[in-house]
Amino acid sequence: MTTLAEPTMALEMCDTTSAVPQVQVRAVSMLHGDPRHPVRALDGISLDIGPGEFVCVVGASGCGKSTLLNLLAGLDDPTVGSIAVAGRTSLMFQDAALFPWLTARGNVEVALELDGVARRDRRPQAEELLRTVHLEAFADRRPHELSGGMRQRVALARALARRCDLLLMDEPFGALDAMTRDLLHDELERLWIERGCAVMFVTHNVREAVRLADRVVLLSSRPGRVVGEFDIDLERPRRIGSPEVAELAAPIAERLREEVVRHGAR
Amino acid sequence: MALVEPPIAVTPEQEELAGLDALAQAESAGRRSGQGSFGAVWSATWPKLVAVVVVLVLWQVVAWSGWRPWYVLPGPAPVLRRLLEDLSTAATWHAVATTMRRALLGFSLAVVIGLALGVAVSRSEVLRRGIGSLLTGVQTMPSIAWFPLALILFQFSEGAIFFVVVIGGAPSVANGVISGIDHVPPLLIRAGRTLGAQGWSLLRLVILPAALPAIVGGLKQGWAFAWRSLLAGELIVILGSRPSLGARLELMRQSADSVGLIATMLLLLCIGVAVDAAGFGPLERHLRRRRGLEVS
Repeated sequence: MTTLAEPTMALEMCDTTSAVPQVQVRAVSMLHGDPRHPVRALDGISLDIGPGEFVCVVGASGCGKSTLLNLLAGLDDPTVGSIAVAGRTSLMFQDAALFPWLTARGNVEVALELDGVARRDRRPQAEELLRTVHLEAFADRRPHELSGGMRQRVALARALARRCDLLLMDEPFGALDAMTRDLLHDELERLWIERGCAVMFVTHNVREAVRLADRVVLLSSRPGRVVGEFDIDLERPRRIGSPEVAELAAPIAERLREEVVRHGAR
Repeated sequence: MALVEPPIAVTPEQEELAGLDALAQAESAGRRSGQGSFGAVWSATWPKLVAVVVVLVLWQVVAWSGWRPWYVLPGPAPVLRRLLEDLSTAATWHAVATTMRRALLGFSLAVVIGLALGVAVSRSEVLRRGIGSLLTGVQTMPSIAWFPLALILFQFSEGAIFFVVVIGGAPSVANGVISGIDHVPPLLIRAGRTLGAQGWSLLRLVILPAALPAIVGGLKQGWAFAWRSLLAGELIVILGSRPSLGARLELMRQSADSVGLIATMLLLLCIGVAVDAAGFGPLERHLRRRRGLEVS
């Protein structure tokens, strides 16, 4: 009896200790390239993400957004500083990066296999995940037979196949048309609410950030520093074209423009 | 579309439309269309037929010119007649069976060794520096140059043949695997790693499938090298109890049977073409189509 109850207890403990941040980034700097002439990609970044929080990181190109994501995903180690990520992460790219030799279902099944899901459970679970991104009818298509938006949906389903506490997204909808992106925003928001995982979403589109985020973090360029944080207290669901979103986006966009001009960057 | 149509009577016109529709669909799905229709088969065949006819005519002209006496260089007619005769004897098929059995066994061994070697070299920097260029060196070495050593090691036995076949085929397979793995898009490897793949699972689920087209290219080249080595070996290692195609060539040379010699060579050529047409060709096309790389 007690042995059975223990795991549940442990899970509840995790849930109740929500004061502990999901992600804790402390004074992280990152140098790239030749050690004699290093490029400082990140400079003294500190950042917390709470459990279940949706944080958008906004910055011009060259602000080290992707570097930061790689660090959080555990693909790189910081040169200076510390990073603590509680729980598991999953990463989604700007390019869908689907495996071209597999069908949509196969791509999701690989993620399930790597997550340790038993063989007989993979197929129904993959189909369930594809259903959540409204692609159940396209399970047998290969990536080259899908549109850009569909590919990103498969990538989202694949990222969600990995049970994770933190979903990292690297400009995932950057290459899509406005209408498709709008629909995917709705789906992402719905899945985020369903799953309750924390999300760190990188974008250079301020309105997209305000549409999605609980909090927007603004990074400067070369080197990347946190220059501003903006809490977004708009009621959900939001519309990217709504005046409220535009109103909140304006000062952030203004601040971003200052940064870009100050650095003479593109 | 044609499949989901309700089973009502269709006029020939409608049927034709459905057919066209199916054709367009197959094309849009990246498939080759018109397979099985006479026109497509004909358009694929006639250039080959013309090429064969041109070669036969040139051969006949050289034979007629009297450059060599007819019993040394016969024309196509007696050779083709002999080929047909040979194909109706059990001895020929026995020889084909021996040679093909050796080819398949030797090539399988070369594939296993080449795959293991290729994966090991591509995943280990030390091995790559150590034997990476050696592999290419061994690959360019003519198989016939291995024979003296093979004969010392294995005497006149099938072991000597297998030794040369494996050493002829394995480096090509290994090099195909290495270049295939080297050219896997880094993004796919990153995607695999973020999904939790590492070590063996990364190799099995991401790297090897991504490298598969190049690996098949290596297999194809390895087969060509193995097949050449095999025939060279059969010319030298002739076992009385095991008639093979190579042994036939050598025996026909010794008895100055030009007609039989050229007929056997044609048979070898046909086997080479058949292996490519029935094996590697469709396999490569299948892989390319599945990945959306085939344009037609």
